[in-house]
Amino acid sequence: MSLIEINGVDFLYENDDSDRPALQNIDLQIEAGDFAVIIGSNGSGKSTLAKLLNVLLTPSKGEIFVAGLNTNNRDNTWKVRQKVGMVFQNPDNQLVASMVEDDVAFGPENLGVPTEEIRQRVDKSLEMVGMAGFQKFAPHKLSGGQKQRVAIAGVIAMEPDCIVLDEPTAMLDPQGRKEVMETVQYLNKEKGITVVHITHFMEEAINADKVIVMNQGQILHKGSPKSIFRLVEQLKDVNLDIPVAVEVAEYLRQEKINIPDILSIDELVDALC
Amino acid sequence: MLKDITIGQYIARDSIVHALDARIKIIITTILIIALFTIDTFSGFGFFSAFILVVILLSKISLKKVLKGLKPILILVLFTLVIHVFLTKGGEVLWAWKFISIESEGVYTGFFMVSRIFILILFTSLLTLTTSPLQLTDGIEYILSPLKRFGVPASELSMMMTIALRFIPTLLEEADKIMKAQQARGADFESGNLIQRAKSLIPLLVPLFISAFRRADDLALAMESRCYRGGEGRTRLHELEFKYYDFIALIIIIILAVAVSFY
Repeated sequence: MSLIEINGVDFLYENDDSDRPALQNIDLQIEAGDFAVIIGSNGSGKSTLAKLLNVLLTPSKGEIFVAGLNTNNRDNTWKVRQKVGMVFQNPDNQLVASMVEDDVAFGPENLGVPTEEIRQRVDKSLEMVGMAGFQKFAPHKLSGGQKQRVAIAGVIAMEPDCIVLDEPTAMLDPQGRKEVMETVQYLNKEKGITVVHITHFMEEAINADKVIVMNQGQILHKGSPKSIFRLVEQLKDVNLDIPVAVEVAEYLRQEKINIPDILSIDELVDALC
Repeated sequence: MLKDITIGQYIARDSIVHALDARIKIIITTILIIALFTIDTFSGFGFFSAFILVVILLSKISLKKVLKGLKPILILVLFTLVIHVFLTKGGEVLWAWKFISIESEGVYTGFFMVSRIFILILFTSLLTLTTSPLQLTDGIEYILSPLKRFGVPASELSMMMTIALRFIPTLLEEADKIMKAQQARGADFESGNLIQRAKSLIPLLVPLFISAFRRADDLALAMESRCYRGGEGRTRLHELEFKYYDFIALIIIIILAVAVSFY
């Protein structure tokens, strides 16, 4: 069984007047160790999907299994939340304590981890996100990228199998975005943590194992980054920005120039020169 | 400018007063305040002042900084003094003009009350000067925890205080930003009389409140996703621990307080 299994899930917000559910008929499997990227424009339902994985919401129809635990079962709520950590968009609104180490300790404290072990977990998690030495800092003295990495450390300290990042880079400057993406990739590749990264920046999908494109509450496509980026026209139709290199390659192909599938500027340079 | 403000008036120093357990310090302060109210002679106040002086010296905080903390209450103190001097009657008449008179009892009570207020404020500000806000909230949680049985949500209260402390700088920064944005669009926060100025704060406060509510919503979600479910079963990174000198300090204070009250 996959780490995360989503079977025929619909979701409708209770106070929603529109006749279209926020999510419709979602089927998705995410394997342990995957780096899955979910892309979609505003209102595509990608954040709703993230909240379903963390049991902040439960499906209106269908079932979600996280490590074999059904999220519809209320007894599983806290176990699932420990297994699937969540990082949100706004770095300021998810840090709880006025000192970095206290914030990272917040999750383990809630889980009832003994004091000495919390100390170890805090130091280890901060080191993993490259924030060792910032233990005594106040969050408001950190940059956006640093705050977001502290938030990631806070999630890792709970020792989850999977982290779900809901547009963690949306409010950051390019430098912060780079820091966060490098951290996430390091955790996935070196530490084997499954990552579900939700974003509307398509560039961030280039290194993914699996890309899921969402539109209007439905899954439009899923597959490898290369297979997705081949669908340039369709992606433009759902208001997604295509990376420049991919777009250039597509134009060249239309002009009957033979170009292999490429994702990044480096690959385009190699293909042309 | 707003970024650099410190919360509370905590001054970090490496001293025995700082090292005392927050719970002990809160209890000591309470005992001393109660003792203070049982005193009815100026010599008692003199004794208390000498004691405070010793504590200040031990805490390695400069006397000037401690006294600076008294500034905001000067008006209150002067007001108390004036009220007592003119309105408390008794004893011999020192000075009289038409219906206004100053009598000796009034002067005595006035100065008596003022000394009491000064010592009271000095005690409490020594507590906040030598204890970080986080230790203070932890200490309050421990002290209130026996009341949990009667339904007092002690750990939730301390969590609320922690979060409030965490968000003060964030909200100040935001207020600064909104203020600048409104000024850029021609809002005037500085001129006009008091009422006009109060009114001009509305375009600052409304967005600030809306954003605070949005933040609260986000934060609740983030806390829930990190398995927060109230104080039950929580452990802590920083356990408060009593050391031998905590008990020594407590015993000394109790002896002092009893001695002073029966003196």
